[in-house]
Amino acid sequence: MKDTAAPSTPRSSNCIWDAVIVGAGHNGLVTANYLARSGLDVLVVEKNDWIGGAAVSRELYPGFTYSNCSYVCSLFRPEIMRDLDLPAHGLQVLPYEGGAVFQRDGGYLATYRDHEANRREIARHSPRDAENYDRYARDLMRHCRFIRPLLMRTPPDPASFKPRDLSEMAYLARQFLALGADEAADMVRFWTMSISDYLDEYFENDTLKAYMTVAAITGTALGPMSPGTAYVLLHHYMGDVDGNIGAWGYARGGMGAVSQALAASFRGAGGTLRENAPVARILVRSGRAEGVVLEDGEEILARRVISNMDVKRTFLNCMDPTDLPEAFLGRVRSFKSRGSSGKLNIALDGAPEFPALPDGSPCLRGDLHFTDSVERAERAYDDWKAGRWSADPFQDTMIPSMIDPTMAPPGKHFMSCFVQYCPPKLRNGADGERDWTDNDRDAFGKAVIDQIEDYAPGFKQRILHVEVRTPRELEAEVGLTDGNIFQGELTFDQLLFNRPVPGYAQYRGPVPDLWMCGSSTHPGGGVMGAPGRNAAAEILRSMRGGVGNRAEMRDAYPVL
Amino acid sequence: MNDLRHHFRTPLMRSPFHPRVEAANVLNAWAPWAGVTTALNFGDVAMEHSSIRNSASLYDISPMIKYAIEGPGAAAYLDRLTLRRASALPVGAVQYTSWCNDAGHVLDDGTLFRLGEDRFRLCCQERHLPWLQDSAIGFDVSIRDETEAIAGLSLQGPTSFSVLSAAGGADLASLKPFRLAEMHLGPAGPVMVSRTGFTGDLGYEIWTTPDRALDLWDHLMAAGTPHRLRPVGTEALNIARIEAGFIIANMDFICAEQVLRPDRARQPDEIGLGWMVDLDKGAFNGRNAIRAAREGGMLHWALVGLDIEGNVPAEGAELYLDGKKAVGQVTAAVWSPTTKRNLALAQIRRPWHRDAGDRLRAEIYALRELQYHKLMLRARIARRPFFNPPRRRATPPGMF
Repeated sequence: MKDTAAPSTPRSSNCIWDAVIVGAGHNGLVTANYLARSGLDVLVVEKNDWIGGAAVSRELYPGFTYSNCSYVCSLFRPEIMRDLDLPAHGLQVLPYEGGAVFQRDGGYLATYRDHEANRREIARHSPRDAENYDRYARDLMRHCRFIRPLLMRTPPDPASFKPRDLSEMAYLARQFLALGADEAADMVRFWTMSISDYLDEYFENDTLKAYMTVAAITGTALGPMSPGTAYVLLHHYMGDVDGNIGAWGYARGGMGAVSQALAASFRGAGGTLRENAPVARILVRSGRAEGVVLEDGEEILARRVISNMDVKRTFLNCMDPTDLPEAFLGRVRSFKSRGSSGKLNIALDGAPEFPALPDGSPCLRGDLHFTDSVERAERAYDDWKAGRWSADPFQDTMIPSMIDPTMAPPGKHFMSCFVQYCPPKLRNGADGERDWTDNDRDAFGKAVIDQIEDYAPGFKQRILHVEVRTPRELEAEVGLTDGNIFQGELTFDQLLFNRPVPGYAQYRGPVPDLWMCGSSTHPGGGVMGAPGRNAAAEILRSMRGGVGNRAEMRDAYPVL
Repeated sequence: MNDLRHHFRTPLMRSPFHPRVEAANVLNAWAPWAGVTTALNFGDVAMEHSSIRNSASLYDISPMIKYAIEGPGAAAYLDRLTLRRASALPVGAVQYTSWCNDAGHVLDDGTLFRLGEDRFRLCCQERHLPWLQDSAIGFDVSIRDETEAIAGLSLQGPTSFSVLSAAGGADLASLKPFRLAEMHLGPAGPVMVSRTGFTGDLGYEIWTTPDRALDLWDHLMAAGTPHRLRPVGTEALNIARIEAGFIIANMDFICAEQVLRPDRARQPDEIGLGWMVDLDKGAFNGRNAIRAAREGGMLHWALVGLDIEGNVPAEGAELYLDGKKAVGQVTAAVWSPTTKRNLALAQIRRPWHRDAGDRLRAEIYALRELQYHKLMLRARIARRPFFNPPRRRATPPGMF
């Protein structure tokens, strides 16, 4: 499959690559790696002068490394790390410790990694919930065991009679039927119900339920009382850190370490990466994708074009609508990718002090929250519906430098605040929608900082620098349409063979030789790598005899 | 406690660091090591292991058996005793070494410190006083057990240099791997620091006297807190040492003096220590037998590293060739958080240590809710160390 020259030779723009990948996000880089390791000549073009998309570490204040967008790691598939030898290229995942939700009355509810410490902590708030927690964790684990094997399989097309689709549908049916009637009913309910209703079946304590709600609304333009949020919880729970399912960790050096390791592995496999190469449009000629045109007019030709951009950006912004089927375009337009979150990255002169926590509490090394009831989270969502950022925001805040010594100088800290809700466009009553301004952004940032200050007096005095990101910045810098961090919401209507568009869930675009590998595709968002890996599997399969030495690609580790 | 007749009341001794270890051992996870009660963990093995690879860790190595080997004939004696050329070791340097009986079977491995021209210290896992003394006949040397006279802490991890510098370690930047230096660490007083360890990472071992042990612990913990120092137990260390590919006597091989079934004894070449054997240095214990085995093709075993498919650790697994013929045994196994691989050390019959290709399978019985899942997972021979970061050797070391 090699074209004219060896990869090390500088190329003129008129040679033909085996594949050009648009966007150096983590999924694009995963796809690029598998293809390059299979002997293809692969070029990745990235619009920014940095790579990684939303998995990026940047130094915006001297001596401090920020995880600017994504900030924790659990979903990234260990099979991919192993296939691509990412630890040898610098990727190290650090487990972190528990966390706490602060209560308005000055109390707190912590989580601990130790089972007995955790049980006794919950029992402080509700003895009944403390004992029910194990049953809840068991039930969630059952759902994880069902879904984990699906992550690294291409969804079947239920409308197809191809043998592979039929056998994959049969596989899904077998998995489902193996559950038994009660479990199957639970499964369907779980996949469709709200996290609030789901938690009510287990727990009575509102603070505990608020804590459990975090993962169910993260990145989602839904409130805890919206149907479909229970699945989002599962999406955040099904990852693991070294087999510890549901655990989360930090990438050492920030989330950019994931992208840097992928890039190093890719270059080691002979791949080519071009930063500062924004794509204006994807070239379609004679009914097939032939390459891309950069914004400066340069044409890059390739046997196939693989988009790491979300589907809206790919098909609505970077293609000529006349090249695409109208029905497909309609589906893309109605694909939900509403932004819901913002982010503050803060350089601190010293650790914040939360008087609620006892001395020596490990909670500062974990995730911190300031929303102590489900209702408060729902009211925060009400603001989003009204076109405002939440006045009483919902935070998933951490201090990675408590664990990672590379993020900040000794004694100083980097704090990452993930915040909901934050609409992609603002609305003032009847005035209609308007774009975010810098003043809006700063006011949003202030609401978040004020909230932290309420629980950590003196916090503001320790701030050295703040980066505030709203959906506007996420879209402008990372390229995520409407700032949706998952490249499309993770609701049941947009999952599995319906992701991103029914009939197009197998990573193929509607034009021959056009492929998709981003989080808009199955199994969706989070720094997981599975979409990129599955896309590579489909591309390599489509080449049949065309690949010499196919890259090692592990199946999912078996669930015992 | 001073009445030596009362050992039945306290079969296990306490390390000089015990008061601090006990306070931090929140799960009461204890295990004996060389007759001393030691911590298996401090509550969270994953976080502890992570500190070894991400920040810094403190591990009590006081129970390690230590022999003082002193006298004008010490170097010549050690040349005769061990596989390597001890006399070539400069003063202030450390050597990883091993020693054998006359049959060339390994008695133990350990680290040899040259403290002065005529002064050595040998640190090892098992007790060998009779062997060491009997081997000294004809040499002007004295050998004495100094295990309880010396307290030691192993400070390992990427920020260990930062920690030790913050604790007042001077001239630390120029200290190379396998070198030692005397230092004064503030309130902990004078200590000996060696750039050695059992993690395969940047790290130091700090040696003091038992009366100053608690001061050393307190001083290091205080200096290390901003650098994320935490105490670690044997379980976390064991993960790190497998990642580093290190072997442990009586876990990965059986010490020749303790072998009950004669076929369990191993020559250095059979446990991956063949590189130590210096046939050119003159006579040493086991030399003829080692040479004869090499020349006569009498080596039966090899010790190898394995990279095993999947994520279920292969502890105790038997190795099969083509799924049928038993050819070896896993001696240590772990899912490695650092390399994201399922690693193992194994004794394997020759010539399969070299010629097995993709034909090896590890037979793993994974017990899940009272039932075994039997797995036959592909095992590939992999080069040790599995994890070998450049910071391990970097001089001067980095801050993290």
